[in-house]
Amino acid sequence: MRKLNLTLKVWRQKDDKGKGKFETYKLNNVSEESSFLEMMDILNEDLATKKIDPVAFDHDCREGICGTCSMVINGKPHGPLQTTTCQLHMRSFSDGDTITVEPFRAGAFPVLKDLVVDRSAFDRIIQAGGYVSVNTGVSVDANEIPIPKDIADEAMDSATCIGCGACVAACKNASAMLFVSAKVSQFTLLPQGQPERHRRVQKMVAQMDEEGFGACTNTGACSAVCPKEISLTNIARLNREYLTAKVTAQEV
Amino acid sequence: MNWFISMMSSTIGRKLIMALTGLFLILFLVVHLSGNLQLLKNDGGESFNTYAQFMGHNPLIKVVSIGNFFFILLHIVYALLLTLQNRKARPVGYLSETTKTSNWNSRNMGILGTIILIFLVVHLQNFWFKMKFGYVPLDDMGYKDIYMETKEAFSQWWLVALYVVSMVFLASHLAHGFQSAFQTLGLNHKKYTPAIQFIGKAFAIIVPLLFAIIPVMMFFNLSF
Repeated sequence: MRKLNLTLKVWRQKDDKGKGKFETYKLNNVSEESSFLEMMDILNEDLATKKIDPVAFDHDCREGICGTCSMVINGKPHGPLQTTTCQLHMRSFSDGDTITVEPFRAGAFPVLKDLVVDRSAFDRIIQAGGYVSVNTGVSVDANEIPIPKDIADEAMDSATCIGCGACVAACKNASAMLFVSAKVSQFTLLPQGQPERHRRVQKMVAQMDEEGFGACTNTGACSAVCPKEISLTNIARLNREYLTAKVTAQEV
Repeated sequence: MNWFISMMSSTIGRKLIMALTGLFLILFLVVHLSGNLQLLKNDGGESFNTYAQFMGHNPLIKVVSIGNFFFILLHIVYALLLTLQNRKARPVGYLSETTKTSNWNSRNMGILGTIILIFLVVHLQNFWFKMKFGYVPLDDMGYKDIYMETKEAFSQWWLVALYVVSMVFLASHLAHGFQSAFQTLGLNHKKYTPAIQFIGKAFAIIVPLLFAIIPVMMFFNLSF
């Protein structure tokens, strides 16, 4: 088993008002089998013994499904592999590497401390319309509403978005179009999403703009780093849905 | 009217303007190219001068050309608006090199556009301004001999070089812009998107190449 000696350049920022700067830490004998977050844990243990404030970073499930971990590693959200940071392992690095670790950068994602950013802008976009209003009651039988397999698959692909925000972090405009498009698509494609179709897309885009995200330049940087491989066809669909809703909806 | 204002002031609405004006300018390139290729006809400029006379006096063309200038302006203004908004969306940048997960030209449409705008100003000053407000001698048919003016202009190697280099930037701008416009309009489909992307790439190569051939051939006194 390889052991790695690393130099880490980590963004340190005291709080949301602090200015912040990069600190360099040496970390020796890191197992290549440890995950990136475990490496960060080892760093923090090391810092704690030295009476230095540990590096704050977001993490939760550590199995790639919650979308909480959020770091830009060597200039790429979630690091060199197209996966979440928690699923990245130190075997992707070499002995003697210098690794730069930064928070997601976007005006809409203010840094709270070190590598932790406030992504509640995404929550507010979802609250604006990213839901289906249904009356709860007895559960209906499976296949009560027939949905073609290919449509169901496509909606499912869009629904795999875990809202981690890597798309925003990777986009040169800090645009949230990939996230919003995935969330709009998963409902628009299905019959359950039809009643609120026009209202939903208009409200979600309005909230997206309100939060101060940038516009889409169609570079595709977002999709290239998305751990769930959300495709750019979602963005085309969002454009189509939004423009159609604006032009044809009955509300004046 | 409320819905229209809110649509046009949204990020998607602004991109809609970029896409529609961009597509119009793509159409303009086709018209402009087909007219200009007559410069290579071996008839001492007869057909080109006739064409230039028609373009300068036909009322429909006049209206379209005003529209053309307006759309160029709109394309620029909205590019600036979007760029400012996009800059504001990321106040603090990254230390490490951002990933190269996208093409250079797609990330630098603003720079490419600015270079094309500078070229456009030089180009308009060279020919359009001269034709409209300057003195151009008449040919045998009594039309302004813009063919001769062009021939003289393109006897200067540096101007020819400027035109050829500018077309490289135009090609790069088009290579992203063509397919990007369709994506922005939401025109994406398994059947047609591959075709749009192929046509976009082909257009971005063929049209600027043909534009670039004109000054080069005139410099070497070649014609068909």
